[in-house]
Amino acid sequence: MTADARVIEHAEARAPSSLWRDTLGSILRQRSAVAGLILIAVIALGALLADVLTPYGPAQQLTSMDGAARLGAPCVHLLGCPSDQPQFIMGLDENSRDVFSRVLHGARLSLVIGMATVSLAIVVGTLIGAFAGYMGGWVDNVVMRIMDVILAFPALVLVIFLATSLDALDIPVLTDRLIVAMLAIGTVAIPIYARVMRASVLSIREREFVVASRALGESQAGILLRRVVPNALTPLIVQGTLGIATAILEVAALSFVGLGAQPPAAEWGSMIGAVRNLVFSAPHLIIFPGAALSISVLAFNLLGDGIRDALDPRLNR
Amino acid sequence: MIAFIGRRLLLTLPVLFGIILLVFTMTRLLPGDPCIAALQERATPALCAAFNQRFGLNDPIPVQFVRYVGDLASGNLGRSIQQGRDVADILVERLPVTLELTLFALTFATVVGITLGRLAARRRNSPADVATMIVANLGVSIPVFVLGLLLAYFFAVTLRGSPFALPPSGLLSAGIQHRDLAIVWGAEDLTGFPRAVLDFMSNMTIISSLISGQWEALVDGLRHLILPMLALGTIPMAIIARMTRSSMLDVLGLDYIRTARAKGASERLVNQRHAFRNALLPVVTVIGLSLGALLSGAVLTETIFLLPGVGSALFEAIRSRDYIVVQAFTLITALVYVTVNLIVDLSYAYLDPRIRLR
Repeated sequence: MTADARVIEHAEARAPSSLWRDTLGSILRQRSAVAGLILIAVIALGALLADVLTPYGPAQQLTSMDGAARLGAPCVHLLGCPSDQPQFIMGLDENSRDVFSRVLHGARLSLVIGMATVSLAIVVGTLIGAFAGYMGGWVDNVVMRIMDVILAFPALVLVIFLATSLDALDIPVLTDRLIVAMLAIGTVAIPIYARVMRASVLSIREREFVVASRALGESQAGILLRRVVPNALTPLIVQGTLGIATAILEVAALSFVGLGAQPPAAEWGSMIGAVRNLVFSAPHLIIFPGAALSISVLAFNLLGDGIRDALDPRLNR
Repeated sequence: MIAFIGRRLLLTLPVLFGIILLVFTMTRLLPGDPCIAALQERATPALCAAFNQRFGLNDPIPVQFVRYVGDLASGNLGRSIQQGRDVADILVERLPVTLELTLFALTFATVVGITLGRLAARRRNSPADVATMIVANLGVSIPVFVLGLLLAYFFAVTLRGSPFALPPSGLLSAGIQHRDLAIVWGAEDLTGFPRAVLDFMSNMTIISSLISGQWEALVDGLRHLILPMLALGTIPMAIIARMTRSSMLDVLGLDYIRTARAKGASERLVNQRHAFRNALLPVVTVIGLSLGALLSGAVLTETIFLLPGVGSALFEAIRSRDYIVVQAFTLITALVYVTVNLIVDLSYAYLDPRIRLR
């Protein structure tokens, strides 16, 4: 084979490069992003297959079962637990429920909560930010000052305040405290996305290619959707990924103080809150849900940091 | 500089106004007739009409809002329904505990965070750097309440009987005497505001033990403070460490650092005098912002370690649905947060003259 032929073959063998492929490639070169993705995949798989992987239901009380003691410590046959005893790899909780089943089902709840609250915040936040950025003038000023007020509170304190207030209002639709908590968390996160979107609108709307598409008769909505939003996507994705971590943490904290998910639910924060006075006698009830919670938060933090490092041109040293 | 301070103060006013308006609106939206809440079974329609008249509850909402702001300015935060006491009194009793805890946690976070961050930046990609960043990543991911409970278990149960065992709850051990400053200094006949200040300071166990020379209480108080301080300070510590590292790396890549090295300045001098000072600016901002994490975390930390601070009062108020207390504490926390961030902004301008001119 001649050298020329080899060059041609080499060029053909390379996949055609596209923006998305390049982006994905640079994300996958970030160690932290890969670590985060793997962890998220494991958690998501655990959540999806929770019914198959766990021997008991998340609310099933094993009181009548032989060898199933209330607050029983973990018993793993491979680690030397006598094989005539039933296996509970994370032990039993205060109501004789299998902690492993509850932790795995908790993953479902936490992932859904994290994504749902962030989606809500992103949708509302980008709409508000785009609106403010587009209108400019006093509208922009008023809207963004309102966002400033929300940001002026320590996040969890405002979330607690909103959740207690919403709870007290007794709105018929909002009887579920978990939904109330998610609404509060989503609301507090709105300004972050509104700011990102507004900054993007302001930096894009006077650029030549936007002026050109306006001259070509593209509608306002078209400009917003096809020109502005794609340019704001990177920071939105980064913020959104980190936001999922925050949302999971905040829901758990709210449930811990008794505002979010209520006791029978297999939610990590509420599981820990229910047994916090038992920490000295049954630490496994804190350790396992606590670890699940920390790993989930860590996974989304790693992924968010990784995406940011991959996509931020200033960091390419 | 004065123009900058003025402008910055002016920008803070609408935010303060918004905070108060938000809390006020929520207060008015809440169900429960204030007359019935105050008079309970004695509330008759005639009495309530007089009550509403007396407290101006029939006035237009804007008038009520102005009065609310006036009440706040004079320290009237409403009355706890559950405890039957003024919220302001609860605050004076509980705020010192939270302040002291937050202060120690912030000091821990700043000192350890900056040290770790600088270490990691100086030996970039070394095992020390990787280890530090793993610790920092884990640190921001572990919830305050999980870390707190695990620390309590480890130091009180696992290490029980060893010299490293630490008490998992309370401010002081039973039997340890801690006398109020007014008693130590023989100022018991002091009344009014000076006495309130003295009592406020007395409730900061460690600081008051230190200045009044109660060594036994000081040592015991410090032992009780270590675990809550670690639980509360870890997240800010991790954030500060990461910010210090990346800021140091940014600065160390700049031309003037190369110039300094070319002039023959020692690595120590370059790090200390040239790089660190300029890397400090973003770190200062993060320290200010991490106060939000501290104030939020105080609710959880005080609950776990049974410290009688504002956070645990808020927790109890949530449990008993004592809305007035929740609102008042939310307001106070937000005001503290805004004020501290204002101070941080101003110090930022002091550190970096360019900001004043913008």
